[in-house]
Amino acid sequence: MIKFLFQRTIGMAVTMFFVSIMVFVIMELPPGDYAERWAFRKFSGTGTEFNEADIENVRVELGLDRPAPERYLTWISDIVLHGYFGEAFAFQTSVNVVIGQKIWLTMAILFSTLIITYLVSIPVGIYAAVRRSSIEDYTLTVFSYLGFALPNFLLALILLYISITFFDSSVGGLFSPEYADAPWSVEKALDLLSHLIIPAIVLAWSATAFQLQTVRATMLDELNTLSVTAARARGVPEWKLLLKYPARLAINPVVSTMSFDANRIFSELPIVALVLGLPELGELLLKSYLDLDMFVAGAILLILTFMIVFMNFLADIALAILDPRVKLIEG
Amino acid sequence: MTTTNLPPTAIQTSASQTESEEALRYYSATQFQLIWWRFRKHRLAQAGALILITMALVGLFAEFFAPYTGVTRISDAVLVGPQMPHFCNDDGCTLRPFLPGIKSERNPVTLGMEVIIDPTIRRDIYFFVQGEPYKLLGLIEMDTHLFGVEEGSIHLFGTDSLGRDIFTRILIATRTSLSIGVIGVVVAFVLALIIGGAAGYFGGGLDYGIQRLTEIVRVIPVIPLYMGLAASFPAQWSSTQVYFAMTLILAVVGWPTLARRIRGKLLSLRGEDYVVAARLAGASPSRIIGRHLLPAFTSYIIVDLVISFPYMLLSETALSFVGLGLRPPTVSWGVLLQDAQTVRAIEQAPWLFIPAIFVVVAVLSFTVLGDGLRDAADPYQISK
Repeated sequence: MIKFLFQRTIGMAVTMFFVSIMVFVIMELPPGDYAERWAFRKFSGTGTEFNEADIENVRVELGLDRPAPERYLTWISDIVLHGYFGEAFAFQTSVNVVIGQKIWLTMAILFSTLIITYLVSIPVGIYAAVRRSSIEDYTLTVFSYLGFALPNFLLALILLYISITFFDSSVGGLFSPEYADAPWSVEKALDLLSHLIIPAIVLAWSATAFQLQTVRATMLDELNTLSVTAARARGVPEWKLLLKYPARLAINPVVSTMSFDANRIFSELPIVALVLGLPELGELLLKSYLDLDMFVAGAILLILTFMIVFMNFLADIALAILDPRVKLIEG
Repeated sequence: MTTTNLPPTAIQTSASQTESEEALRYYSATQFQLIWWRFRKHRLAQAGALILITMALVGLFAEFFAPYTGVTRISDAVLVGPQMPHFCNDDGCTLRPFLPGIKSERNPVTLGMEVIIDPTIRRDIYFFVQGEPYKLLGLIEMDTHLFGVEEGSIHLFGTDSLGRDIFTRILIATRTSLSIGVIGVVVAFVLALIIGGAAGYFGGGLDYGIQRLTEIVRVIPVIPLYMGLAASFPAQWSSTQVYFAMTLILAVVGWPTLARRIRGKLLSLRGEDYVVAARLAGASPSRIIGRHLLPAFTSYIIVDLVISFPYMLLSETALSFVGLGLRPPTVSWGVLLQDAQTVRAIEQAPWLFIPAIFVVVAVLSFTVLGDGLRDAADPYQISK
């Protein structure tokens, strides 16, 4: 187990290293650099004119004149050694300050989405497999198709429209106005929870549709195994038998694809967050792309990917514990 | 699920003449005949195919089917709701469909312009009317439109805040959205073929390196990755340049999935005797892959292409929706939905949301078609 953990940790580090290179390349892609933008901002703010030499000076001062590999090393070592993600140009402060609290809100959204996804998809998927070819099963299949075809941001818009038209209330944002600037308290946490439900449902929409089909398919395979027939022949009650053999195995693929779910959720988050007005990382990522505030974008991309890689790591460990067959292969 | 196409086999001793003929037909059929037979049993997949063909045709000849051009602004008809053709009014019924007239009036209280429906005016709808000139397929100059009105204007899906006909714009957007998906899939396929082909055929260190690379690309959330690439388009690029850059981005992010599948299939086939024979006969790797290996799983490739299509469509829509994808004056479904980005806009004009229906229908059609093809592509497999 120690060796297994060690191997996975190394693998995680290697992946993150390559991801960081890719993220840096993306940060480098937009034309122009911060020196030019700095000059433009000063110009539009104070009306001071700058010439090429001034811009070049700023460039040297900020270290932007150095070759890309060198800048990459500075950037990544600042992150790894000092936890410093660079400067957020549009906010004129460090990226850490801008991102700070939003990480926790993003994590809250991620986990509430995952919880809803699994609470719905696992029991419903098992049910659909047991009641195969019934009306309920077909209805759920249609729902799964829709889960894929109706993009989350459109679903978010529809829900917003319905809630405003029929219930005369807004579901956007993360806090009610009275709690927005209030210090943390139990009431504020409860208010946050009530606002998290809609984004979580919207984001869980497609994830649930996918997982439901996975659980159903695995369950169908496992229902046909001899162990189930043997248990049935021994007279084990049906519900006990379902839980003991096939259901236990049907959960494995769900656990192993946990990081894919996180990937999908983070993928949809920026757009859903924009529609619902959620002040979290995805929305900030979108804004920083639009402003070309690439240090912020890079930091967020790195953090989101790290969360995914880390969840993959956790899923591997969970799977090794849940399914003894995995351990045999992986050592 | 589909039932198998297996005919009565030779085991049946009392097989009649027609049955054995059918069996002969089955066993002598080509692979594509078998696929076609199985596909014909898939009603849902056929419906999907039909919808997509209709969409493609309508999109291709959008200017003919639409009453206006995508940029025509009708200043008297700003934010008109969808108009449905009527056959009856107070004066009785006619066979020719018509629309009640509309006129804009200034609201005396808010001083805003408001559209008022005037049932006393009757605007007859004619078919094959002369309208604004356009170039069919960008080549043939024409001015005949499928339908139109002689006076006033016709807006089946309403108009936007600039008085542009949404029906027209959706038809043109259909062409953009579908074509961007097609080009994206084709480019992704070529990339996947080269990279996945090399990895699968040569194996070893090259395969290992490519595998790690695709894993790393796949671990980054897709839409944020797309966004990062799309954000780097210079602002001064023309809409055509952005269009092609978008297809490239879709392809660059989309190829790993396809490459994995091609690699897997090649790995399983490259040990076959006929491949070894070809290699011994001195055939080059590209010839072996192209001539001997690919035909063995053409049907799977087609299925994979169909399945990866909706991802491209959805990604394009999402990117354009947030303003990082295609830019006006190019119209795609995503660009049209930009107008419906806020609840306020939808409250004011719910019909701005109509493009969403097209997105959902197109993606659904591709999904059921892909499922049907996947079932059909393996004619020898007896499905459960």
